[in-house]
Amino acid sequence: MTTFWTLFAKETLRFWKVAMQTVAAPVLTSLLYLVIFGYAFTGRVQVYDGVSYASFLVPGLVMMSVLQNAFANSSSSLIQSKITGNIVFILLPPISYLEFFAAYVLGAVVRGLVVGAGVLAVTVWFVELHLAAPAWILAFALLGAALLGSLGLVAGIFAEKIDQLAAFQNFLILPLTFLSGVFYSIHSLPAFWQRLSHANPFFYLTDGFRYGFLGHSDFPPAASLAVVAASFFVVSLLTLKLLQSGYKLRN
Amino acid sequence: MRALAGVSLAVEEGEFFGLLGPNGAGKTTLINVVAGLVRADAGSVRVMGADVVRDYRSARRRLGVVPQELVFDPFFTVRETLRIQSGYYGIRGNDAWIDEVMQHLDLTAKADVNMRALSGGMKRRVLVAQALVHKPPVIVLDEPTAGVDVELRQGLWQFITRLNRDGHTIVLTTHYLEEAELHCSRIAMLKAGRIVALDSTRNLLARFGGSRTTARVVARDGRQFTLELAGYGDLEPQLARLRAQGVEIADLELDRPDLEQVFLALTS
Ligand SMILES: Nc1ncnc2c1ncn2[C@@H]1O[C@H](COP(=O)(O)OP(=O)(O)OP(=O)(O)O)[C@@H](O)[C@H]1O
Ligand SMILES: [Mg+2]
Repeated sequence: MTTFWTLFAKETLRFWKVAMQTVAAPVLTSLLYLVIFGYAFTGRVQVYDGVSYASFLVPGLVMMSVLQNAFANSSSSLIQSKITGNIVFILLPPISYLEFFAAYVLGAVVRGLVVGAGVLAVTVWFVELHLAAPAWILAFALLGAALLGSLGLVAGIFAEKIDQLAAFQNFLILPLTFLSGVFYSIHSLPAFWQRLSHANPFFYLTDGFRYGFLGHSDFPPAASLAVVAASFFVVSLLTLKLLQSGYKLRN
Repeated sequence: MRALAGVSLAVEEGEFFGLLGPNGAGKTTLINVVAGLVRADAGSVRVMGADVVRDYRSARRRLGVVPQELVFDPFFTVRETLRIQSGYYGIRGNDAWIDEVMQHLDLTAKADVNMRALSGGMKRRVLVAQALVHKPPVIVLDEPTAGVDVELRQGLWQFITRLNRDGHTIVLTTHYLEEAELHCSRIAMLKAGRIVALDSTRNLLARFGGSRTTARVVARDGRQFTLELAGYGDLEPQLARLRAQGVEIADLELDRPDLEQVFLALTS
């Protein structure tokens, strides 16, 4: 267990030592979204009865931060180690691919949750906080962060340069999070886009997470959880296979 | 392209083994295969009986590798780096040994300095320390003295020879051939991915070290003499003969077979 804990601690310390960039900056970004979109649309857009637009927006922003930061943590850690070459320090010791996976994903989960909690903490100054079903909040946050942490590993394994990772981030992660219903309910979309949104696994994360706060959602939360859990299962299996084969890490 | 082909060799336990060869010969590649950093297309490697692929946990626990590239993690201090590296090998509370290693490598004063702020030679020392945190019975050093000052070089060799005396197996690559000649009891010469020689240092010197030992003598009057010696014992009688001829010796230079001649004979 010492091996796993050390790698996990390294992953956590790494972002904590530069918390200004890795925690404070994303919290500020979310706050700006809240201020701009929240004030622009409150009173104009009503998604659920009796829920202000700002209250609708906050859970989406929190989830978006959780997802993006979890992804950023594992992917940037891995790509930096690959580029600088210090990845040898974790390839030389007897670390199993399972320990490797668990430590990186858990590090990503911690980063995601810390930033998510940070966003939530600053938004309560602006928007009244509802906590309809806290267990769902935790379940979706954990699974979402783990899913993105695992995707971050996949991206970090495949990417050979920083700009390849940025492409992964800008052309996949960012659109999928933005189009997951952070800023709107997918019911307000034309039928075609609604159906397309259902193909986006991040939609279930945002929607189920929001249910935990508001008690309202576009999709039944238990079904969302099942979709998310299945996605996590598939992605972790793929990640574990890649790690076990040593693809692009030991070649 | 093939970086290694048909390399087959066994390093004995407790040996001080040299892996030499020109740039691009495949030394680092061979070390990477042993360390599990790359997987060979064919063949197998065992570290003290443990296959580096199938039984990678045992193999890696027994192996300490100082990589050739000067790599470091800029997020941590020297002590943090060494503690984390210990943890990767499942070792907690390793501070006593970490302190000892740092002392031998003259790193104690830098213990709490961030890796980023160290000079190149200091970073190299940390790399050596990192390879030793788990007291590996087999230590592989890929050009450990590149870019390192005289003082550390001496300290490093003292430390490494002590580890060797204590039973650690040492495998060394270096382009400083005097170092290899001084420390390695057996040497493999690699060229273009193949072993071109594998023998004890003494045998290699005897076979490929060129002509016998010679002494070049310069007399006070400027005359020069080259003496072919059968051995060092032959020096005094030959010098006596010169003196008997009235030659006053001003300068003397011995030229003996060295690894550089062996290296050139085998690899060029
Ligand atoms: N990642 C790589 N991809 C492709 N070829 C490589 C790679 N690494 C090394 N090589 C090639 O493999 C061969 C052996 O390189 P290697 O680094 O093992 O040599 P070396 O004996 O360690 O040389 P040096 O003394 O310069 O360190 C070289 O021809 C090199 O160009
Ligand atoms: Mg090399």
